[in-house]
Amino acid sequence: MDVASLDAALALAGAWLAIGLLAMAAPRSLALATRLLFPAGAVIGLALAVVALHALFEPPAARLLPLGLPDLPFHARLDALSAFFLLLLGAVSAGVSVFACGYLRPGQDTPIGLHCLCYHAFLAAMALVLVADDAYFFMVAWETMALSSFFLVLTEHRRAEVRRAAYLYFLIAHLGAISILLCFGALQGGSGDYRFETMRLATPPDAWATAAFLLALAGFGAKAGVVPLHVWLPEAHPAAPSPVSALLSAVMLKTAIYGMLRVTLDLIGSPLWWWGIVALAIGLASAIFGVVFAAVQSDMKRLLAYSSIENIGLVMAGFGLTLLFRGFGMGALAALALTATLYHCLNHAFFKSLLFLATGSVLHAAGTSDLNRLGGLIHRMPWVAWCALIGSLAIAGLPPLNGFVSEWLLLQAFLFTPGLPQGYINMLVPVAAALVALTAALSGYVMVKFFGVAFLGQPRSELRAAGGGQVHDAGFWERAGLAWLAAGCVALGLAPATVIGMLDPVTRGFTGYSIAEHAGGWLLLAPIDPERASYSPLVILLMAALLVTAAWLAVRAFYHGRARRAPPWDCGFPLLDARMQDSAEGFGQPVKVVFRPAFLISTQAPSPGDARPRYAELAEDRLWPWLYLPVARAVERIGSLVALLQRGRISVYLVYSFATLLLLLLFVR
Amino acid sequence: MSASGLAAQFTELMLAVLLAPLLTGWVNNCRAWLQNKSAPGLLQPYRVLGKLFRKEVVLAHNASPLFRAAPYLIFGSLALAAAIVPTVGTDLPLNAAADAIALVGLLALARTFVALAGMDIGTAFGSLGARREMMIGFLAEPALLMVLFTASLISSSTSLATIVETLAHKELVIYPSMAFAGVAFTMVSLAENGRVPIDNPATHLELTMVHEAMVLEYSGRHLAMIEWAASLKLFVYSCIGLALFFPFGVAGGGDWLGIVLALPVLAAKLAVGGVALAVIEMISAKMRIFRAPEFLGTAFMLAVLAMLVHVLLEG
Repeated sequence: MDVASLDAALALAGAWLAIGLLAMAAPRSLALATRLLFPAGAVIGLALAVVALHALFEPPAARLLPLGLPDLPFHARLDALSAFFLLLLGAVSAGVSVFACGYLRPGQDTPIGLHCLCYHAFLAAMALVLVADDAYFFMVAWETMALSSFFLVLTEHRRAEVRRAAYLYFLIAHLGAISILLCFGALQGGSGDYRFETMRLATPPDAWATAAFLLALAGFGAKAGVVPLHVWLPEAHPAAPSPVSALLSAVMLKTAIYGMLRVTLDLIGSPLWWWGIVALAIGLASAIFGVVFAAVQSDMKRLLAYSSIENIGLVMAGFGLTLLFRGFGMGALAALALTATLYHCLNHAFFKSLLFLATGSVLHAAGTSDLNRLGGLIHRMPWVAWCALIGSLAIAGLPPLNGFVSEWLLLQAFLFTPGLPQGYINMLVPVAAALVALTAALSGYVMVKFFGVAFLGQPRSELRAAGGGQVHDAGFWERAGLAWLAAGCVALGLAPATVIGMLDPVTRGFTGYSIAEHAGGWLLLAPIDPERASYSPLVILLMAALLVTAAWLAVRAFYHGRARRAPPWDCGFPLLDARMQDSAEGFGQPVKVVFRPAFLISTQAPSPGDARPRYAELAEDRLWPWLYLPVARAVERIGSLVALLQRGRISVYLVYSFATLLLLLLFVR
Repeated sequence: MSASGLAAQFTELMLAVLLAPLLTGWVNNCRAWLQNKSAPGLLQPYRVLGKLFRKEVVLAHNASPLFRAAPYLIFGSLALAAAIVPTVGTDLPLNAAADAIALVGLLALARTFVALAGMDIGTAFGSLGARREMMIGFLAEPALLMVLFTASLISSSTSLATIVETLAHKELVIYPSMAFAGVAFTMVSLAENGRVPIDNPATHLELTMVHEAMVLEYSGRHLAMIEWAASLKLFVYSCIGLALFFPFGVAGGGDWLGIVLALPVLAAKLAVGGVALAVIEMISAKMRIFRAPEFLGTAFMLAVLAMLVHVLLEG
């Protein structure tokens, strides 16, 4: 067993921790953090990606770490699944860290060194989650990840809404952690052995396996942000600094997906088919919910956070389909669905971090991320705008970029579904496919809104940079980070056959089937059979480029290239101003009308005689009054009942002890 | 990749690009005749294009490079979409590169750029049109995808060539699913091409327009490219309809004679289709924009129903 890659991955995680600790040497030195430590962190990320890419094609390696409690050592293991997610972590975090070098300012609330420590501890914890091979180590890494990200969300802790958001995140993260802990409890089957190795070999009875699956779904679902445990996402993402939002959304949500895949496909090993239906239903609900709510947001980061819920929903739908096919023993189709799932994880990591970072640049350069105050940024910050355009087109699932590939694979997986042994599931599948198609089309709407309102048109208000001064384009480091991630979106879109070759070890390990064998060379993506379906983005891009250039040249050659600048025409209306464009709410209005029942809408309309009329309409999540507030009230009520015991007088407490003693004597006797 | 395949591919692309305005002219003429007006002549769209190409481009002061690039990008992606749909022969080299889902993706790409270009200047009409266009898009696109999926399930392939071959060469069986899909597809293509009852291509009435509102700021060669692309879009949708529901007369691989014979068949089918479109436009009234979700929601439900019917009755 060759443990070199595993050792390298562990060493790189250690190096991240070391960087974080180094920052504490001079916690207030901006230069140390942004000129030395964050670039070093980016290099480590790249190195981790290279190591992971190497490890993908190696047999699994495991080792015992000289850490942990006596008799309870940490186990680590690196297999194809871990390697794939490590690759994602390394490649994306490299871009985010480079961006952070230019983005970070001397912290007002949190010293920069402390921020650097939390940031790198967060990265290291995520890497350790991915290589952990026993429940104990996994939970320690998982909680380190949760804690460090909690502190990262709290970076601007003087603002009350930031504290509220962080608290909500913390609460749901811990509910999830309890659920995961119980899941491992169900998996160890009374043996008391929490090594993944023994869980992998054991075959739990169906009831225990189902309990473990549902607990994992709840626990990891809370971290991934699936409906109805999504509420922390739209609060925490806007509260955190942009590189942190990017990491939270792009990488941390994926560790939850990793956990779900690890537990169901690897530790339990033999999923029941109906688990797939549960995951599929939750996934589709999240996808539709996320995208519909994203369409009515007016803050760029909140919009992106809801869009993350949508994308995680699509990933979950792919995961559900994988389970369904696995449960019925249809290995080849399970491999296709799993490929789509993993591909979408990778894609989402790239385009979502790209868009969060672009939002960060906008926030610094224009002083706000409120769409209702932005507009026309393509003129003042062209770099950011063009990178954001790539990200937006990718997330909207348009060819030839990467979002389209995973959408294509997912739809193909749906199309092959007829042929399942259960008649009524066959019937559900067209409906599910229709929902995926609707989600994809709506995400196009959302992204036109995101890009169009922020970057096109005219500025909706007087914009000033965060520190005062003119609106400016991103600096060198920010551009480098954005360009890296944008290049990732393009590359993942143009070379799907190569990427599927990289995913192959994972799918082969879990389903026994190889998609890559059929993939038909580097140019053509044909997951099952070229007769059934094939796609070649490179050819599409070349042909489109050819046609566009030919059209442009022909127009120049036959006619002319003259152009004159003049005021906008606008049907001859001369008094055009920026407020006549659609506001963010205005652009989202059709979605609000079409999906009216989904929203809890409160309207503030002015009375006829109002001298200063104001109109406001707020579309909120129905789950707050339906689920969260009743639960919160119930908890408070139980809490107040328990508080009755608390009298604050020692004599009463002694009576409690005495009564307990009596009661125990009664039983023990 | 055979010589006849390349020839068919080239013919198809050229045919689409060059003849798309003719189809628009034909539909306009039919409409004029049905309305008892004197028709402008079949070649009118070419005259309009020629006039626009010769004219100078007037750009708004704050037009971005995206605004200038968009007409060519829209034209390019729609021309590519036209090249994918098998109209003349099924042995097309591009068929392996793009299937039915990619076709929908290319149409969505074109729509996205039209909408973004509409928002670029920052006028009231531009963003109004973009918003409406994207609303129609998010309802119509899944419906179109479901229609294509129904055909894909019948032929167990998403490759358009295989779909056409399967549907053309099966003995005459009436698929109930395709009947539902046909109705859904007609509704979707009316909406996507900005025809009555969703939008009126002949109107410039400010509050009702969709497509015209977005391209209001375009002039000269840019407008010409956009108009040409709109004609291409109508052509592409007509060809998708013909490929799915009337797939006969399309040449197979290596069939030189078939390619030559397919041309008059295609022309006849398009002519009939154009008449049908004109008749539909004549007998329906333009609906308020807020009725559009209902109309397209019906199309979407019909398309899903088509898939369900296929799974239940024909699976």
